[in-house]
Amino acid sequence: MLRPFEIHEPATVAEASRLLARHGDDATVYAGGTELIPVLKDGLAHYRHLVNIKTVPGLDAIAAVGDDLRIGALATHRMIERSPVVRAHAPVLAQVAAGVANLRVRNVGTLGGNLCFAEPHSDPAAVLITQGATLVLARSDAERRVNADGFFVGILQTVRMPDEVLVRIEVPALRPGAGAAYARFALHERPTAGVAAVVVLDGDAVTAARVAVGSVGPVPARVPEAEEALVGRRPDPEVLREAAGRAGGAVEVLEDLYGSVDYKRHIVTVLASHALDEAVARARGRGH
Amino acid sequence: MDGRAPSMRMALTVNGGPVEAVIEPRELLLDFLRDRLGLTGAKRSCDVQVCGACTVLLDGQAVSACCTLAYEARGREVTTIEGLAADGHLHPLQEAFIEHAAVQCGFCTPGMILTAATLLHDVPAPTAEQAKDYLKGTLCRCTGYWKIIEAVVDAGRRTRETRE
Repeated sequence: MLRPFEIHEPATVAEASRLLARHGDDATVYAGGTELIPVLKDGLAHYRHLVNIKTVPGLDAIAAVGDDLRIGALATHRMIERSPVVRAHAPVLAQVAAGVANLRVRNVGTLGGNLCFAEPHSDPAAVLITQGATLVLARSDAERRVNADGFFVGILQTVRMPDEVLVRIEVPALRPGAGAAYARFALHERPTAGVAAVVVLDGDAVTAARVAVGSVGPVPARVPEAEEALVGRRPDPEVLREAAGRAGGAVEVLEDLYGSVDYKRHIVTVLASHALDEAVARARGRGH
Repeated sequence: MDGRAPSMRMALTVNGGPVEAVIEPRELLLDFLRDRLGLTGAKRSCDVQVCGACTVLLDGQAVSACCTLAYEARGREVTTIEGLAADGHLHPLQEAFIEHAAVQCGFCTPGMILTAATLLHDVPAPTAEQAKDYLKGTLCRCTGYWKIIEAVVDAGRRTRETRE
């Protein structure tokens, strides 16, 4: 049996933020609940006040603004997976959403909740980091914008302040000549490892590259060593293999029940190779 | 609050009929359905939304009742396996599960059938691949899944033929 709590039903983000501020450590944001409810059931945390932001209208909206994509923080993985707008503007994000856990979790779990919970074993963050996404955090009186790259600070930790509500995720359009891809490996509900890549080609040279690895370390993170191995070079197979090897070699890895450090480095190298191959193929004009 | 649980009144629809109840916010939908309404088709098994044995439909979408607050059902429609047969007739999925012997111990069957029902709603005559996609994460320890997949595909085919 869960310990008792009260559920608050704010009508606005400002009201939600004020409730969070008023109750401090005794309160938390309640959205899809796919992460929070199991934590409460296990007694790993307890809050006497759950602030249900699903009573704030419009936080699940998905829309294109120009070429950019705006995903409300309460959009579920299922909504993202099936959204024609997401499929058109950020197909890799739709692909990733379709792979989250299982249908029941995708029906209820939200992208915002996934990001704010910051469980390291997760897919969407690495993709958002490579695609230059911005997270919009709101308080009762102000908004601030944080790069996806700088949002995660540790296991289950982000830069979000306790009275801030993540309201939306903005994903800029890929620039011309860019290709994006994501490769993952999962034996359980949560992934063992995932590698996201964006490669920008001008003619036969890589002009920019982003490689981000998720699930294997404390936070999803770019691997500059892999990116530097690509920029200014022709994306030949040996160049891509070298960059993939650097991704596996340089990324911060923690040993856990999903595998040893060596095992994860190997998996990341293989996945990076797949992701880079696909990103380059797409940059060469096979769509995306 | 001083450790005393607040309570709240909610009205919802369960298997087509109106239900009113006073609940605690912390009450889980699975306990509400099983212990208060006596609907024991949804099973408690993994208790961490991995196995699908507790699956029920909330406004037609599959959810894990073990990790859903009963509060989430306020003003909404809950369908459990007990509510799938209509007017004394088994749902085509239930008939297909019987015909294909897709049931062994039966513990996972309510979750399998309810999840498959959402598939048939989304995709009237699904392929085996589509059935696997929806049923991924709904675990069966007896059948090896093939008979389940066959039953779902067959139910979809028959449902479409009936409609045509």
